[in-house]
Parts: sequence; structure tokens; C-alpha cells
Amino acid sequence: MGGPVRVPTMEALVLQIVNGLDKGSAYSLFAIGLTLIFGKLGVVNFAHGALFMIGAFCAVTLSRLLTLSHVVIDDTKTDFLGNPLKVEVPYIYDIFGKATGDVIIDWAVPISILVAIPVMMLVGVVIERGLIKHFYKRAHADQILVTFGLAIVLQEIIKYFYGANPIPTPAPEAFAGSFDFGAVLGFDPNVIIYPYWRLVYFAFAAVVIGGVFAFLQFTTFGMVVRAGMADRETVGLLGINIDKRFTIMFGLAAAVAGVAGVMYTPINSPNYHMGMDFLVLSFVVVVVGGMGSLLGAVLAGFLLGILESFASMGAVLQVLPGINQIILYLVAIIILLTRPRGLMGRAGVMED
Amino acid sequence: MLGLNSRDLQLLLLVAVLTAFAPFFLNPFPVDSSLAQFNAGYPDLMQRFVIFGIFAIGFNILFGLTGYLSFGHAAFLGAGSYAAIWMMKLLTMNIIPAVTLSIIVAGLFSLAVGYISLRRSGIYFSILTLAFAQMSYSLAYSVLTPITGGETGLQPKMGDPRVLDAPLEAGASPRASLFGLEMSSTYEMAVGGWVFTFNVGYYIAAVLMLISFYVAIRIFRSPFGLMLRAVKSNQNRLGYTGVSAKPYTLAAFVISGMYAGLAGGLLVAMDSQAGAERMFWTASGEVVLMTILGGAGTLIGPVLGAGLIKYLENIVSKINETVLNGWFEWMPDGLQDAVVAIIYPFVGKGWHLTLGLMFMLVVIFLPGGLMEGLARIGGLFSRKSKASDDSVGAAVKPSPAE
Repeated sequence: MGGPVRVPTMEALVLQIVNGLDKGSAYSLFAIGLTLIFGKLGVVNFAHGALFMIGAFCAVTLSRLLTLSHVVIDDTKTDFLGNPLKVEVPYIYDIFGKATGDVIIDWAVPISILVAIPVMMLVGVVIERGLIKHFYKRAHADQILVTFGLAIVLQEIIKYFYGANPIPTPAPEAFAGSFDFGAVLGFDPNVIIYPYWRLVYFAFAAVVIGGVFAFLQFTTFGMVVRAGMADRETVGLLGINIDKRFTIMFGLAAAVAGVAGVMYTPINSPNYHMGMDFLVLSFVVVVVGGMGSLLGAVLAGFLLGILESFASMGAVLQVLPGINQIILYLVAIIILLTRPRGLMGRAGVMED
Repeated sequence: MLGLNSRDLQLLLLVAVLTAFAPFFLNPFPVDSSLAQFNAGYPDLMQRFVIFGIFAIGFNILFGLTGYLSFGHAAFLGAGSYAAIWMMKLLTMNIIPAVTLSIIVAGLFSLAVGYISLRRSGIYFSILTLAFAQMSYSLAYSVLTPITGGETGLQPKMGDPRVLDAPLEAGASPRASLFGLEMSSTYEMAVGGWVFTFNVGYYIAAVLMLISFYVAIRIFRSPFGLMLRAVKSNQNRLGYTGVSAKPYTLAAFVISGMYAGLAGGLLVAMDSQAGAERMFWTASGEVVLMTILGGAGTLIGPVLGAGLIKYLENIVSKINETVLNGWFEWMPDGLQDAVVAIIYPFVGKGWHLTLGLMFMLVVIFLPGGLMEGLARIGGLFSRKSKASDDSVGAAVKPSPAE
């Protein structure tokens, strides 16, 4: 420490807000899937991180499939030994031609979203029907043990096929660079610059979160599900097959986790335990937001993201060293002690 | 005797005999046989069995009796470790002050954390304890580096003051001891093809585990233990009868924190080092898993769970492809390759897969943990014992307090 406290400039503040929105969008996107399962269905799902990870590996798998190639002997060129040159040609060139094929390979990550949604829905439905269904009424401790076991098994399966090292999966060429965010707002150029992909991630998170809200709020299906979460028995007595809808909700939550994982691959190269790193944090986000509240989870995600960014500023660290390491947990403790049900939690959800 | 009824006394004596003769039956295979891989009777692992047994026994007093699921107990283990290592650096390499201070520090720390966290119950309590533990971990890693050693952790060094000890001879490294009896000193007994190892550190830890186990039995059977069970079964009703649950749960929290501190101090006594990774949330999760795997609320279950997880971690993880091929050499070639290929993903580096599958199978088919499995096997052989088997039966029921 020591030295005079530097007063942060306007640029630094704006940069931290942008940083915070970026972190917050990742937290919110991860937490919104979890809150569907944990906050609404009441299952303490430690396998949520594994679903995120499987989504990321959907992107890895697809980009590997797209670049699957066969050897073609090119007679017009020779290699350094004078033999005809062997060229690896992706199968995709044969189907779409070289130009389109290159574009498809370049856009592998966004394209994987289309693949990840059905795959993750299927994974979610299989997990719910095969396992979670039997655990709705069991103690939390049992749910933790079984979902933790499931998470380990899923991780090990991925590790067996893909190895333990992170696999770089780049974003499309068009989003590779950085965007001079400050220039747009009238600051000096090259002060607030931001990778394009992170802006894309932010927009994507907004769309997905909005979509989940709209689905639950404005469709009949969503209305029935919300009613079922509030009072499962009555909805069942009305002759509605609520179990089936809960299964679909679990599939939806898995798909949300999966696409969050797909879009995260260019930011952090996926490895088999990437989900576990996010898991604890997202439980904190869900509980701080209030059990069962989607809006709460989103708000808490952005709040914690922005607070974390500001806590990492040099001026703050000078006054309170180490605050950036603990701010999330500190805020969580304060909120849980002052607002018993979190930011937006309602009475009667997961209470004893 | 010892204030225990005959069943508990039998259990205690059984555990005492098992721990005393552990070096024999954990090494059932001759040293040069192909099954020597499964021998667990080496000092390092035996010490871990009993130390994590202590940790799990203590955790069970909180979780098994009151139903409060703490996700931050590793913080107390870590605090105990740091306290012990500082005693070794400043005072003496004798383990008595180190372990004593580790229990006291962990007790005070858990009093502070428990006092705040126990304002809430259920999942909120779990998240609060988790938040405190993660904060401790992050601080130990970063800002508290002068006290904790940060990433490198702490070890006793040559230049430490150690005011009570005579100065070290040149070239001697500081070693943990109990009045001159070094923790690492071992006696090896060779009988035929077998080698049995008797280690001072293991026996000291084992004696402490037996004392901890005895105290846990007394708590389980005391009026205090009954109050803790009442907290688990119906806290509202306890309130209506005019009893505040908070002092009881806080006492249970502090007791289990002190057990964790004892385990942390003993870890330092055995390997003379402490690091922040002992406080990470996965370490807290591990003791939760040990307790549930063995059977929460049973007396001996958590120790079994701890033993099983540590066994898998240390033994199964060491089986590699060469070893597997050695075992199945007697098979025809094609079959040998097939069998090895099937088993290989589950052992060695893939031991986590076995662990994950075991968690799932146990919780699906044996909701009461391993103890329920044992009780079922016991039930097959004797029809009478069912009625008298109350200690297991009580724990198997799902907890309504959740």
C-alpha cells in the first residue's frame, strides 16, 4: 500500500461498469438455469456445472466434426521431397465448396448453439426422468450426494474422451478483435476497449434471459408450470400432468446452461472441470437473489458482477486490500442476514 | 463401564481393537504378491484414516444430530492447521501445545461463524457457512499471506525461534514429536512375506480418535444430544415448549468446529505443513460426502465413509495399466485386453469415476449410507436384531427438518 490514494478517472469508472456488466451477464446466465432447478423445483443440483461444461463440449465436438478431413493428393504441387503434395481437405468443402465451408468452420461456435439446444434438452430430460425424479422428496443432503456423484461421472466421461487439457475454441473471425467502446461515448480513443465477443456474450445473455422470462410469463405452459411450482398437488388435482411439464422445465434449464457453456468457450478454453469453478458462485447468486425468483437471480448476478469489478479497482484495493477476493461472499452474508429471503425471494419457497 | 450401555461399549471396544490392530489387517497381502497394491497399512494413509475419521465424527455431531448442513467446516480445519504450525514455529516441536491451540483457535473461530450463521436455517445456513469458508480461503491465499504463507503455505524452518526447544544441531531438520518421540518413527515387523508397519504418529492420532469417538458417543446418548435431535425433528415444537434452540445448535457447531480443529492440528503434527487449499470448498464438501456416504446420524458411519473415500483416493488411484495387465495375465490374450480395457477407465487417474458412481449407487439404493447396507446384511442373518437396532434405525429415516 502506501502512496497517495489515486482518484479514479471517469474512464476507469466506465470501464469497470462495462467489466461488471460482462461478468454479471455470465453470472446471471449461469444462475438463471440453476434457479429454475434449485430455486423452483427445489433440487440442490450440484450437476449444473457439469451441464454447463457439456454445453461447452458440444461446441468443441461440433468444431472438430466440421474440420474432419480426408487426404487429397494434389498433383499440381509437390512437397519438399518432390512427391505429390498431400492436402488435408475437410469433408465440409466437398459438400458446400471451399468458401462456404470456411465460413461454416469459422462460425462453428455460434452454429453449435443450434446443436447444443436439442442435445442439452435430451440430456436434461434423461437426467430428470432417470434420476432427479426420485429425489424431489428426499433430503437436501441426498440430493447433494447424488448430483455431486453425477457431476463427477459426467466430468470423468468428458475427460476420458477429450483429455484434461483446455481446448482452445476461437470465436468467429468477425468478432476476434476489440471494440473501442470509449470512442463511442466521447472519451479518448483506446482507453476503454473491449473484446467484441464479450459484447456478443452480453447481448446473448440478455436475449436468453428475456426468452426464459417471456416463456414463463406469457405462455400458457409457463403459467401452468408456475402454478405447479407454487402448489404441485392442486395443479395435479386439476388433471394436468405436472410431472411431464417439470421434466420439460428441467430440459429447458439444461439447455440454458448448455448454451451458456457454448458461448463461453471463446472466453475461456473449456476443460472438464470448468463447471465446478462456477458452481459455488452461482449457488451464492441464486440464494442472494432469492430462492425461486428469476428476476432476483438476474439482478443478483449483475449486482455481484459490478461490485466485483469495482472492488478490483486500484483505488479501492489501496484502501481495502484483498476486498476483490471476498466482496461476493461479504455481500452475500450481509444480504442474507438483513433480507432473510434474499433480494426478491417470496415467503414459502424452500423454508423449513 | 465408562458411563456407556453395553451396546455402545461393545462398539467402542470394537473400534479400539480395530484401530489398534489396523497395521495388521490393512496389510493382508504379502509384500511381493500382486495384490500388495491393495495394502493400506502404510503410516501416511493410516494417519489419514483416523484424522479424517475425527473430522467426520465431529461433523456428524452437527449434521447428524441437528440436521444443519454446514458447507464450511474445512475453514476450521484450516484454522487449526495454521494455529498448530505457528506453535511449532514459535514455541516447540512438541505436538501438545500445537494440537491444544489448534482446538482452541478452531473453537473460537467456529463460535464467531456459528453465532452469525445460525441466525438462519436450512439452505441459507449452508450458503452462509460456505461464504465464510470461501472468504477465509481467499484471504488466506492473498491478504493474510504474512500469517498464512499464501500460496506456498507454512513449514517449520531452521531459523524459527522455538523458544522452548534446545537449539537444533547443525544439519538437523525440525521434526514433530511428543516428548522426544518422533511422529515419523516407525517399527517394521516382518513375518514371513508380510511386513507390518507400526508408526508413532498413527497411534497417537488413533488414541485421540478413540477419545473423540468416546466423547461423541457420550454426546449422542446425553440429554444434550436428545435436545439436538429435537432440533432436527421439529424446531417449531421445541420453540413452543419454551426452549430456545440456538444455544444447543451453537454448542453443537462449536464442538464440531473443535473436532475439525483437532483434525487440522493432527494433520500438521503428521506432515508439518499447512496451506490454504485445506480451506477450499471442495474440502468442506468432502467431509459432507464422507458423513452422508457412511450414514449421517450413526455413530460409526462417518468414520467408515472417511475411510472408504481415503482408501479409494490413495489405493485405487495408484492402479495403472501395467498392474491391471499383471492381474489378468492368466486369461487368454484377447480376453485379457478386453477386461483391462473395461476396468481401466475406473482405476488409476479415473478413480473419480468410481467415486462418483459409488456416491450415486449408495444414495439411490442405500439412503441411510453404508450403515444401512451393513444393517440390511445383518438383518439377513438375524431376525431378532431388527427391534434392538435403534441407533441405526433412527438415522435411516429421512430428516423432516430439512
